Amino acid sequence: MSVPFSRSVRAEWIKFRSLRSTWYTLACLFAVGLGITALAMNAAAKDYPGEEPWDPTGRSLTSYIVAQLIIGVLGILVVTGEHATGLIGTSLIATPRRNRLLAAKVVVAAAVAAVAGQVLMFAAFFLGQAVLAGQGVPHAALGDPRVLSAVTGGGLYLAAIALLAAGLGTIVRATAGALATLVGIVFLVPALAALFPAWLQRLFFYWPTLGASAVLKTVPDPDFPHPWLNLAGMGAGVVVVLAAAFAVFRRRDV
Amino acid sequence: MTIEVRGLTKRYGPDTVVDDLSFTVAPGQVTGFLGPNGAGKSTTMKMIVGLAAPTRGSVTIGGRRYRDLPVPLAEVGALLDAGAVHGGRKAHDHLLALAVSNGLPRRRVGDVLVRTGLDGVAGKRAGGFSLGMRQRLGIAAALLGDPRVLIFDEPVNGLDPEGIRWIRDFMRSLAREGRAVLVSSHLMSEMAQTADHLVVIGRGKLVADTAVSELVRGEGAVLVRTPDPGFAQLLATAGATVREGAETSLVVSGMTSAEIGKLAAYHGVALAELTPQRVTLEDAFMELTKDSVDYQGAAA
Repeated sequence: MSVPFSRSVRAEWIKFRSLRSTWYTLACLFAVGLGITALAMNAAAKDYPGEEPWDPTGRSLTSYIVAQLIIGVLGILVVTGEHATGLIGTSLIATPRRNRLLAAKVVVAAAVAAVAGQVLMFAAFFLGQAVLAGQGVPHAALGDPRVLSAVTGGGLYLAAIALLAAGLGTIVRATAGALATLVGIVFLVPALAALFPAWLQRLFFYWPTLGASAVLKTVPDPDFPHPWLNLAGMGAGVVVVLAAAFAVFRRRDV
Repeated sequence: MTIEVRGLTKRYGPDTVVDDLSFTVAPGQVTGFLGPNGAGKSTTMKMIVGLAAPTRGSVTIGGRRYRDLPVPLAEVGALLDAGAVHGGRKAHDHLLALAVSNGLPRRRVGDVLVRTGLDGVAGKRAGGFSLGMRQRLGIAAALLGDPRVLIFDEPVNGLDPEGIRWIRDFMRSLAREGRAVLVSSHLMSEMAQTADHLVVIGRGKLVADTAVSELVRGEGAVLVRTPDPGFAQLLATAGATVREGAETSLVVSGMTSAEIGKLAAYHGVALAELTPQRVTLEDAFMELTKDSVDYQGAAA
């Protein structure tokens, strides 16, 4: 008569919600995400070109660039917070089946990131459109073509980044190392993308901040005709990283 | 329920940290797990609860591997590292998460907080706890599932005398309740006051597996004082090892005081003193582990 998996998930949720750092990080996510949206939209309204292509939805969601780092920190901390304190030993004594423990952590991280990501993207969209409307610049409504797809796609993108971060945290085991790796993936590689050889360029089709974030635009980008395919590709990459995380977590001594 | 360690071996690269170790931890008594620092005690305990994988050998608890226990906390409680709490989490939440993970009722959290005397600080964040309070929190976590087997790694390290006494009495009371208690220490004097049974290891190997009473019962050397200069020779002929002690005494080993007395009477030798030197646990421990201490201090 084993303990049901739902208990493991609930235990991880108790751990997650009982730390102040969790709520500070979430507050930071929304403060920074919406703050950047407000600033960016004010700037966008001023240099509205007055002609097409004009993507008010895409512009209001650009705060994803910074938000992905903060939600990534949340994903990393779910795992590395326990390694830093040695608590992981206590957790594994209570739940010696390692797949189960890591799975419970991933479920909690995924659920929180999915909700936070969606809420942030919807809030950014509405805030951004309100700023544009206030300045008398053309703005979008949720019912316009491709808008709902861009907003929900943005939320899913952020959730996937959080899971990527949780996987990196499991593999690297240190907050700083995992965060540096995440910054490298979402910022450095895209910034230096042109330097990479051609065969690697194909990977950028599905890379965070590059191809995978095409879904956040409503004006079709000729480079990415099927943006959900790009996002799905990134999802597959995250699954690979998580699989590696499970493999090392199962085998490693604590 | 007993812990059965059989042929347990752990290698890290070329280093064999635990070497073919076998022993049993029986219920109803405190088993002291003793050895110098670096002898492999913590690694062995980690292997018992599945935190580290053995290179060879096995550990079973009540006949099952730790990871196969359906409700681990209800069968085994372990405190391996008192620092292993998140400083930002309240004591109550720390315990609640552990209880929920094993499907234990919430009231167990309150129960163990009371039993370890932490009920007054349940709402405080563990980061502000003293080492003694962290030890208690770790013990509270170990007791959550009311387990039959308890494992503590160096529980008195860094505690003040009052804390040491509390833990010592606590271990004794857990054993009296019929639980199997395994406690590690590198201090023999500590174990002398807590343990019923001793498992002594050095450099990962089993050095002794014995009842505490057994270890100190064996008579050590005997101090003999006599005006007769020829007695040392007689003792040597009888098979004893004799060396000169302080103030013209002889330190005799290999014969009991009764045998020495008989020998003296047979030869009509007058003895001024005949004193068995009681073996302290400390002596026994030093004797047992002298070959297996990693870094010995150079004699002055």
